[in-house]
Amino acid sequence: MKLRLKQHSVLPGFGLTMGITLLYISVIALIPLTALFGRAMSLDWAEFWATATHPRTLAAYRLSFGGALLAAALDGVFGLLVAWVLIRYRFPGQKIIDAMVDLPFALPTAVSGIALTTLYAPNGWLGRYLVLAGVKVSYTWLGVVIAMMFVSLPFVVRTVQPALAELDLEVEEAAASLGGNRWQTFRRVILPAVLPSLLTGFAMAFARAVGEYGSVVFIAGNMPMKTEISPLLIVIKLEQYDYGGATAIAVVMLVASFLLLLAINLLQWWNRHRFAEGS
Amino acid sequence: MAGAATSLASRAAIQARAGTTEPALVQRLLIGLALVFLGLFLVVPLIAIFAQALEKGFAAYCAAIIEPDTLSAIRLTLLTAVIVVPVNIVFGIAAAWAIAKFEFVGKNLLITFIDLPFSVSPIISGMIYVLLFGRSGWFGAWLVEHDVRIIFAVPGIVLATMFVTFPFVARELIPLMQSQGSEQEQAALMLGASGWQTFRRVTLPNIKWGLIYGVILCNARAMGEFGAVSVVSGHIRGMTNTMPLHVEILFNEYNFIGASAVASMLAMLALVTLVLKSVVEWKSARQIALAAVAQEGMENDEH
Repeated sequence: MKLRLKQHSVLPGFGLTMGITLLYISVIALIPLTALFGRAMSLDWAEFWATATHPRTLAAYRLSFGGALLAAALDGVFGLLVAWVLIRYRFPGQKIIDAMVDLPFALPTAVSGIALTTLYAPNGWLGRYLVLAGVKVSYTWLGVVIAMMFVSLPFVVRTVQPALAELDLEVEEAAASLGGNRWQTFRRVILPAVLPSLLTGFAMAFARAVGEYGSVVFIAGNMPMKTEISPLLIVIKLEQYDYGGATAIAVVMLVASFLLLLAINLLQWWNRHRFAEGS
Repeated sequence: MAGAATSLASRAAIQARAGTTEPALVQRLLIGLALVFLGLFLVVPLIAIFAQALEKGFAAYCAAIIEPDTLSAIRLTLLTAVIVVPVNIVFGIAAAWAIAKFEFVGKNLLITFIDLPFSVSPIISGMIYVLLFGRSGWFGAWLVEHDVRIIFAVPGIVLATMFVTFPFVARELIPLMQSQGSEQEQAALMLGASGWQTFRRVTLPNIKWGLIYGVILCNARAMGEFGAVSVVSGHIRGMTNTMPLHVEILFNEYNFIGASAVASMLAMLALVTLVLKSVVEWKSARQIALAAVAQEGMENDEH
């Protein structure tokens, strides 16, 4: 009764709105992306392979994917903490803190980039103390990870928050009355329930961090083989009019993003499926 | 005996209630940890921008902003947003109407396409236009012949910005319109309203806050996009330099005050975006609550 799929609808405007949608997506996204794959097809295999597996390219992949993995994992831990505190507890300034979580989304990446660089430079507000402790952040891989963490933190918090809010307190009460202590309840009851959302947030954070450019290039120092991320390598190739080389690296990154997108969709499907079964 | 049983039962109840929360000390520890993390990680960088911009006083700040190259960057950023945002509003509403109000084959694929820009690196988003319209791109020769510049010119910047921002409005409206169904629109049509009237008088008021929310996000990204625009712009000062690109140029010239001054304007834009977003979230939550109350009232009347 509630959800009857209407193949035939009395509402007008399907042709017009669908036409606009398809035309716009085709012109803005699909045709240009086809151009990229078309260019990749026209590369000869040896050339493609030589660029895609050049030591400098491999070092860039390692930094981009490895750094993004670490950043997303750290975001997972801190994001869960922030989401937990925002959903479960009440404290002054909570609304403002909650709104601030979206700052990395709203702040242009170039601004985040120069802010973090200024902060973690050896004479910066945070950098000068880290230098005393023997930790160098700016112009090292650590800086790359921090910038990646900064831009992708909101993904984790914003996907975990609704899952935490929807948790049934009665289940936790049951766990406690059966003799579980709070830590056991968290680990055995709460964590499994929010795990799909946490993984979705992790995957989204990872995807964002892998492709991130603006906030990373300022703090990274961009030394070849050391602190050069894959998107920057694409930019360098484009500036040298080496479109073939740029395409080879871009295709490897795009395939990785598509696999991630697939993983995210599967995770979300799993999530819905589990909740559907539960109710 | 009976007294002991009740006290046991009430103790269990208290324990059960206590079982859903942590000791006060742990709570404070976790809140403190989260606040220190967010403070160091989000708030301090934001303050650093403003502090550096105002390091040499307010006069130096203003001087950095009224520089001709900076003003032209501001103009180009505004121009880009003025073109891109309305186009993406039309697209977002059209896509949401088609996807939320009708059932058709391939809907999930279409939604995946709309999400594409979120999962593509901004550099690749800009690069696809270079491959299409650049000197040795697909249409490169034709464009040179007809003396049309897209790459390293304003049209390229607009195209790249459109690509990275087109999901925002659609992404907000699709779930909203799906959850609202189309009973109200059907009623309006049955009462003799035209399709356009139905949209303007029935649908638009219902999706108002979601639409505003999407527009705010779209605008913030349009003005702040760096990677995609950087690839297509060519960084010609005073010509194809947007505000985020100008921040980079000034920063690389060790003009930290100038870079921070322009960055601080973008940071203010981000703060305004966050405030508007909170207001819209609050308003739309109220609208949903009011609609729920009205719905309940109607159902009570029926029974």
